[in-house]
Amino acid sequence: MVDVRSGIGEAVPPAEVEDVELYHPHSWWTRYVFSQDAKVIAIQYATTAIAIGMVALVLSWLMRLQLGFPDTFTFIDAERYYQFITMHGMIMVIYLLTALFLGGFGNYLIPLMVGARDMVFPYANMLSYWIYLLAVLVLVASFFAPGGPTGAGWTLYPPQAILSNTPGGKDWGIILMLSSLIIFIIGFTMGGLNYVVTVLQGRARGMTLMRMPLTVWGIVTATVMALLAFPALFVACVMMLFDRLLGTSFFMPAIAEMGEQLQYGGGSPILFQHLFWFFGHPEVYIVALPAFGIVSDLISTHARKNIFGYRMMVWAIVVIGGLSMVVWAHHMYVSGMNPYFGFFFATTTLIIAVPTAIKVYNWVLTLWRGNIHLTLPMLFALAFIVTFVNGGLTGLFLGNVVVDVPLSDTMFVVAHFHMVMGVAPILVIFGAIYHWYPKITGRMLNEALGQLHFWITFLGSYAIFFPMHYVGLVGVPRRYHDLGEAAFVPESVHSLNAFISVAALIVGAAQIVFLFNLVWSLRHGREAGGNPWRATTLEWQTPETPPPHGNWGKELPVVYRWAYDYSVPGAPEDFIPQNQPAPGRVSHEAAS
Amino acid sequence: MAVVVILVLLAAGSVLFHLLSPWWWTPIASNWNYIDNTLIITFWITGFVFVAVVLFTAYCVFRFRHRPGNQAAYEPENKRLEGWLAVSTTVGVIAMLAPGLFVWNQFITVPAAATEVEVVGQQWLWSFRLPGADGKLGTSETRDVAPENSLGLNRNDAATLDDVIIEGGELHLPVGKPVKVLLRSVDVLHDFYVPEFRAKMDMVPGMVTYFWFTPTRTGTFEILCAELCGVGHPQMRGTVVVDTEADYQTWLAEQQTFSQLTASSDDSPKAVTVVASSAQ
Amino acid sequence: MTVVLVFLAVIAVIIAWWLAQQRLASKPWLEVGHLHDHRGNQPVPAAKIGLAVFLAVVGALFTLFISAYFMRMASSDWSPLPLPRFLWINTGILALSSVTLHWAKLEAERQNDEAARTSLLVAFAAGLAFLVGQLFAWRALSSAGYLLTSSPANSFFYMLTAMHGLHIVGGLAALGRVTLRTWDAPIDRQGRLSIGLCATYWHFMLAVWLVLFALFSGWANDVVDLCRQLLT
Repeated sequence: MVDVRSGIGEAVPPAEVEDVELYHPHSWWTRYVFSQDAKVIAIQYATTAIAIGMVALVLSWLMRLQLGFPDTFTFIDAERYYQFITMHGMIMVIYLLTALFLGGFGNYLIPLMVGARDMVFPYANMLSYWIYLLAVLVLVASFFAPGGPTGAGWTLYPPQAILSNTPGGKDWGIILMLSSLIIFIIGFTMGGLNYVVTVLQGRARGMTLMRMPLTVWGIVTATVMALLAFPALFVACVMMLFDRLLGTSFFMPAIAEMGEQLQYGGGSPILFQHLFWFFGHPEVYIVALPAFGIVSDLISTHARKNIFGYRMMVWAIVVIGGLSMVVWAHHMYVSGMNPYFGFFFATTTLIIAVPTAIKVYNWVLTLWRGNIHLTLPMLFALAFIVTFVNGGLTGLFLGNVVVDVPLSDTMFVVAHFHMVMGVAPILVIFGAIYHWYPKITGRMLNEALGQLHFWITFLGSYAIFFPMHYVGLVGVPRRYHDLGEAAFVPESVHSLNAFISVAALIVGAAQIVFLFNLVWSLRHGREAGGNPWRATTLEWQTPETPPPHGNWGKELPVVYRWAYDYSVPGAPEDFIPQNQPAPGRVSHEAAS
Repeated sequence: MAVVVILVLLAAGSVLFHLLSPWWWTPIASNWNYIDNTLIITFWITGFVFVAVVLFTAYCVFRFRHRPGNQAAYEPENKRLEGWLAVSTTVGVIAMLAPGLFVWNQFITVPAAATEVEVVGQQWLWSFRLPGADGKLGTSETRDVAPENSLGLNRNDAATLDDVIIEGGELHLPVGKPVKVLLRSVDVLHDFYVPEFRAKMDMVPGMVTYFWFTPTRTGTFEILCAELCGVGHPQMRGTVVVDTEADYQTWLAEQQTFSQLTASSDDSPKAVTVVASSAQ
Repeated sequence: MTVVLVFLAVIAVIIAWWLAQQRLASKPWLEVGHLHDHRGNQPVPAAKIGLAVFLAVVGALFTLFISAYFMRMASSDWSPLPLPRFLWINTGILALSSVTLHWAKLEAERQNDEAARTSLLVAFAAGLAFLVGQLFAWRALSSAGYLLTSSPANSFFYMLTAMHGLHIVGGLAALGRVTLRTWDAPIDRQGRLSIGLCATYWHFMLAVWLVLFALFSGWANDVVDLCRQLLT
């Protein structure tokens, strides 16, 4: 190696970052319920998100029952089916994935990983969770409201979303959905400010940006994007509420519904689509970037090797974050917008493929000449690589404007986005839970149950979504309650649909194993100790496990090195914690 | 080790599935085989990358799995390698994007010879309108939609009167002639989708969208709606028949014009003026 | 969506400028020790950064509303709305509120606690007066027949003034809290910080209002047209 390490052997410095005065809880309520501790808030966020996510999972079962075995389950009529797809989509994208990655992992990991005692605005952080819970409750309320939840599709496109013959259109469904989104965005903004400002201002002494683990990079970039993109959804929801409740015509053109003239006129449905996707596309990366970050750390830790091309990984996250704000209209190639936009948006969309591909290369190159421990987090990371590459590559079909024309609105799209932003990030979530559960609870998750869960989930979801692409290629449109007979669809497609449905039921059932494992291991798991994976990052160096409120005991940690000092030549161990002062490196200096 | 075997099987299985499965697009019936070609190029490039990445991952796991005494290499980065990978990815992306944009340019450039056909979507049926003898489609307005004028045509526009109207029936098109399909909706979003034509486009109330194609073989094809339009969405079907020129002319002669339709449905011409003025 | 893209470009430049100072091209694996951290010992208070980020979010919100306004304006049914004179007075009141708040900040820094408290109170009262004035403007418009649903320009006017008003209400709540807190104790560092944050927020909301006012009165269109002409 030509480069020479610098700054070796300096004296241990005093803590120069101002320590913060924490709120000290006085009762059980303020300690565990209305807690201002980011770690408790993280667990609250995660529990709520997983709970509502289970609802969405059951909805997907019901949808697959209908698609695989039409006419068998008569209680799933068209109206219910569309309510199920709408709620399934919205819950999974926003109330599960966004909330779990940012509210859950963001809250738990940011302060610990950057060496802070807590988030910078703990009170707003607490409010953020309670507002999120309110948003979830409002959403759930729509299941019980007269008329049921909205069945407008998760994209909520007007005019259909607020017309009377759409499920939930004339009753409470759509109103509750829009209100819930507005509440969610307000709550998220409070949390998001915390995540960003904590990274900006709360880092421990020595924690430069380039020493941050990629998890933090991913989460904070996603948060910045979310802060800028969610207002678009907010605007769209407010304007649609005006149209629905007060009779304005922001999105509503003149409409003859079933031959009857409505009181609207002049509005633009495309305007809604622009606003929706201005939020909706960054949303994909709001989910993907934290997954990118987390999976980088999982791979590095369990392959005992520094992440390959760390700088490139950081730049790629930032570039992807920036570019993804200007690709939204690739969801609208066949929407009737100005066709010349197609050139611009296809180009920006395909440019994103380059930094994304670099990330993939760097993950697999991290494995190269590693010392790969096939732990559960590593297995999930490998499964992520496979599913993400698969889903990302089919994105090149849909992003390339003219190829999108035959494929748009078919099951190909459904298969693509489930693979890339459903399966892949959720595999990362599982990997992350297996990885950090020991820090959160002090105990390991059960390995055998974990293996069972992993294999069914990974192979099962591949069996669901890989063949589904081909259903779309045949030409089967998405959002069909009942395909019925169509001349271009061979009979065998129906058998394939049945196969996919069975796979979906099995994968769903496997999640019960996971939930059981989560609960069972709380008491019966193997004692983990403070750093079971022998990882370098700060959260594994806390004086106590699980870390108490305030994280660090008397003194804040001081950071001496980057987050990936694994298998450093000459070091006594195959990892050097970030807060270990320089002498661990002296022999290496001599070697170079 | 199981994971290595599974990863290899997964890559091989995906390729075999692609090659052997009976599920492929329906035979094309329009000039857009360019789109199919671009799709095939994309399949080749992405398929190669997928297999390469998965097999490489499997190899790494096999070769560098943990065994007692192993130590990982220490290699923070390799600029040359990263540079090469970035460049070759860019080349691959350009190889997909360039033909894509080229074909898109064709897709949105309607040939001057194209004849216009209007398709109107409403919950949940398709209607069609042909320009009639004057070769021009008359104007229309959603506000004018009424029971006896379900397409909302403008009765004061002379060009409207000879327009041929097909409500709920089959659309016929002559083979080999470019068609510009004008798309309109009177209620919610729909999407005119005939899998054999490859092209599709949303229909948006309040605006007219379009696409064009040339039917290349005769036959009967099913029209589906590809944009969620309410509970009847899957049932919104129609039929388009591509005819030889002679058959097409025979069919066309049997269709009714707008003025014929209104004459048969209205009691007196007075009713027409009442409706027209109330729509103002 | 051009407006929001311009806004995003500005944000992107700020982020890029900041990142450029963070040594993103350094090789972290070669640097061991805490001295590579070049942050000073006097960090900017987190609340200040927090407010700046929050204002970026609010900015995105209003920019998106304005983008929607321009896109909706392209429809054929657009007819502008005659603005009540009243709005000029409201604008003056909001500006007055902003100025007094700034003054409060300066006085607090000079440790003139009494003067600071007085100007806080005046600013609060002016803020309240602005809201009441906006309600009067609504009443004037609706009694003149310009109802929410009668034209898209009206709809936007009511919706955007309501949105802006809600942000002012939020600001008043914060300002009220700060006023009460500083009332009978000497204004300490925390108090000065809070007053300063209120002033920043108020200036921002004034700026938003001026943009909205320009938008409603049609000047913004002229500016946009001018830009378009310059570009083509």
